Amino acid sequence: MKAFSTLLDTLVYTTSRNRKLALIAAYLRETPDPDRGWALAALTGELDFPAVKSSTIRNLMKERVDPVLWTLSRDFVGDTAETASLLWPESDAVEDDPANLSETVDALAGLNRTTAPKELPRLLDRLDANGRFALIKLATGGMRIGVSARLAKTAFAQAFDVSVDEVEEYWHALEPPYSDLFAWAADGSEPPDVTGRPRFRPFMLAHPLEETVVDLEDYAAEWKWDGIRIQLVRVTDAEGSAQTRLYSRSGDDISATFPELLDVLPVDAVLDGELLVRGTAQGGEEGGAASFNALQQRLGRKTVSKKMLAEAPAFVRLYDALIVDDNDLREHAWTHRRDALEALMPRLPDSHFDISQLVEARDFDHLAEIREGARDDAIEGLMLKRRDSPYIAGRKVGLWYKWKRDPLLIDAVLMYAQRGSGKRSSFYSDYTFGCWDGDPDAGGELLPVGKAYSGFTDAELKKLDRLVRRTTLNRFGPVREVERTLVFEVAFDSVHSSKRHKSGLAMRFPRIHRIRWDKPVHEADRIDALKALVKD
Amino acid sequence: MAATAKAEHSTDRNHHEGRGAGKPGRALYVVPFVTAPFSWIRPEPWGVHVVPADCWIDPGRAVDRALVTHGHADHARGGHGETVATPETLAIMALRYRTGIEDESGEMPSKATPIEYGETIRLAGGVDATYIPAGHVLGSAQILLEHAGERVVITGDYKRRPDPTCAPFEVAPCDIFITEATFGLPVFTHPPIEEEMAKLLGALGENPEQCVLVGAYALGKAQRVIAELRAAGHHAPIYLHGAMEKMCRLYEEHGVDLGELRLVSDHTKDDMRGSVVVAPPSALNDRWSRRLPDPTTAMASGWMRVRQRARQRNVELPLVISDHADWNELTATIDEVNPAETWITHGREEALLRWCQLGQRRARALAMVGREDEDE
Ligand SMILES: [Zn+2]
Ligand SMILES: [Zn+2]
Repeated sequence: MKAFSTLLDTLVYTTSRNRKLALIAAYLRETPDPDRGWALAALTGELDFPAVKSSTIRNLMKERVDPVLWTLSRDFVGDTAETASLLWPESDAVEDDPANLSETVDALAGLNRTTAPKELPRLLDRLDANGRFALIKLATGGMRIGVSARLAKTAFAQAFDVSVDEVEEYWHALEPPYSDLFAWAADGSEPPDVTGRPRFRPFMLAHPLEETVVDLEDYAAEWKWDGIRIQLVRVTDAEGSAQTRLYSRSGDDISATFPELLDVLPVDAVLDGELLVRGTAQGGEEGGAASFNALQQRLGRKTVSKKMLAEAPAFVRLYDALIVDDNDLREHAWTHRRDALEALMPRLPDSHFDISQLVEARDFDHLAEIREGARDDAIEGLMLKRRDSPYIAGRKVGLWYKWKRDPLLIDAVLMYAQRGSGKRSSFYSDYTFGCWDGDPDAGGELLPVGKAYSGFTDAELKKLDRLVRRTTLNRFGPVREVERTLVFEVAFDSVHSSKRHKSGLAMRFPRIHRIRWDKPVHEADRIDALKALVKD
Repeated sequence: MAATAKAEHSTDRNHHEGRGAGKPGRALYVVPFVTAPFSWIRPEPWGVHVVPADCWIDPGRAVDRALVTHGHADHARGGHGETVATPETLAIMALRYRTGIEDESGEMPSKATPIEYGETIRLAGGVDATYIPAGHVLGSAQILLEHAGERVVITGDYKRRPDPTCAPFEVAPCDIFITEATFGLPVFTHPPIEEEMAKLLGALGENPEQCVLVGAYALGKAQRVIAELRAAGHHAPIYLHGAMEKMCRLYEEHGVDLGELRLVSDHTKDDMRGSVVVAPPSALNDRWSRRLPDPTTAMASGWMRVRQRARQRNVELPLVISDHADWNELTATIDEVNPAETWITHGREEALLRWCQLGQRRARALAMVGREDEDE
């Protein structure tokens, strides 16, 4: 545990990517199995101890520290694990050499909701502040120490001089503490046997088009649908039993959230597509997809009710075929894969699948016209795919472009500000803004319409933070209400009606487009202007 | 003015409540017999007003007469008609604001009145002021004010840990204790300085080809870090950013031995390999640091206790060294002084206020403006 908590602590303070890679690689080389496997799982976010939630830690703390002092401390530090590790009463039971990582993982895995509040304090008492930080991070998941899963895997590859793409290929078929993976990379054993096991292939991603103009001879265009990008994988094992899995963009297994898609794929394949919910907002009757709002109701659930399945059935709009019937198509050109996908379509039930239609245009200007017309549809924009390009993991310049439609804009007034978390914990960086519910010169009031925490530079953040501190009217915990003095030009992708907000509106992807230091607040937009843009 | 009216008819200190006391009516001074306790000391957002003497403690604006606790910019400023402070603080203010220095025409626009630790001066209106060591930086003082049998202590900034560069804090019993709360959150506990020195010297030893660049506040922190390095047995030359030089010389003139100091600008990268370099925090991520041999960036500050704070500054080696009292020291000091009331000038006042409430201690936050999070 000591080596692991030292690693975490050092990583927190290391800014250089190369230094981070070297630190993790050295740890993975020097630490014995299975500790290093558990550490790798922790760094890649693969560990989950359902009995320990952030709220478990908060409750433990509130039994030990005055709740007001706890909240003030948490708000200042910006991280529950760190606050708890600092405030935990120092015990006589602190051990010089506490349990190692795998013993700790075993102890955490053995907890349930009832035993956790009793057992966690015993574990915490044995550790110093750094150890407590590591333990809580480990137990609650989400390290937030500036190490992505990809970086951890790259460090693994570096430690044992293997290819990171190969690591990714095996990764999603393996489980912590990855003894097969270490045996292969570190000791030169056979590669892990992943045949017959469903696994994720890294996505091919697009760059923003920006000022580039492309020739439609070389590029095919299709709509960029506003759902979530998924990969559907079906494999049949040696015994002949088939399994289907659904992976999110980051490779998370989200099969349980969409059970209706798990027994409808009749062939072994790896398919790339957009997960959508039936409706008419995107592409009208013909397009048959509901707005992202409708899909959102279904995301992040571990179980799904019958009612939900009936009201918001999911389907996949297919973009690409990576593997069909054991044929790996990734090396082939997009045109070849597209043909294969079109040939596959008749074999798939149209209740759950359709194909993302190509957008035909005479030339680039014509395509631009079509894209402008897409304003009415809740479509994110266009995708441009190089016709002769293989399917390559990651974001390679010149192959795929996303050409988003221009965002919608409103002028809104800053009303509340909240401290950010992580690196921004000392700044008021989350802003709630509002629009007028009537003529501001005739008694109109501001109603909050949304919240944004991006779209400004570090220098602007400092300036905003100073303004918030200087113009505070009221404090509510981490939130400050400010004088109405500042107008934001807010960009957003779409706006929907919502019962959860007082204004009756919910914006999608709001971000600060410009700070209008110059604009008087009474010139900000009315709620009505925003309502006119609603697409449900 | 309900609170004032109530206070006027009562001599019981316990009836002296809340913010009403900040804005007493004029009648309070005209009829001294029914004056509420401590009506002679009035907190304003830009400083504490000592009403009978018509002078200010650490005012944020230029005033006729200022009593200054110490030389940090959020407590001391130029332009006062007269400044009363310890000789060390006045020397610092002379350096920074030309306080007590004649201009070209031979006039002295800012008069300086020195007062030694333990010395008492009589101010107008029958107020006595005594300067007591605060242990914060060279020359730092708490100011004890006595008037009509009542005692008020203004701590300025203070710490309780030993510091080789300044006189140690002394506890002065009082009725009203006006304290800082820079590190007034229970997450702030400063580790023993020996541990932090060991971290610094360890990093230095590990990378003999590099240097360790320590960000430290130019007044106080820098000299303390250097003096503590000397105390830990590090006698090699220490390199200074140009902005540090004058203050270090001033400390030396006041008898603080800092060993051999060299200016970064006089030396090459190779000279500085394996050395400690001290610079103001603003220079850490500045282009200036490119002249150093592959520096490990360290920062000496109480804020380094919080990881995200260190990350914000791209600090690789956080050194939790503070010239302020930590949470346990703030609360223990209030218990030790045991005042009838605690007023909190600046910092994390909400948490210290809460602690006072939990202990049934009468307390209020003064919401002083312009007090920076020192130690940054
Ligand atoms: Zn100070
Ligand atoms: Zn201060």
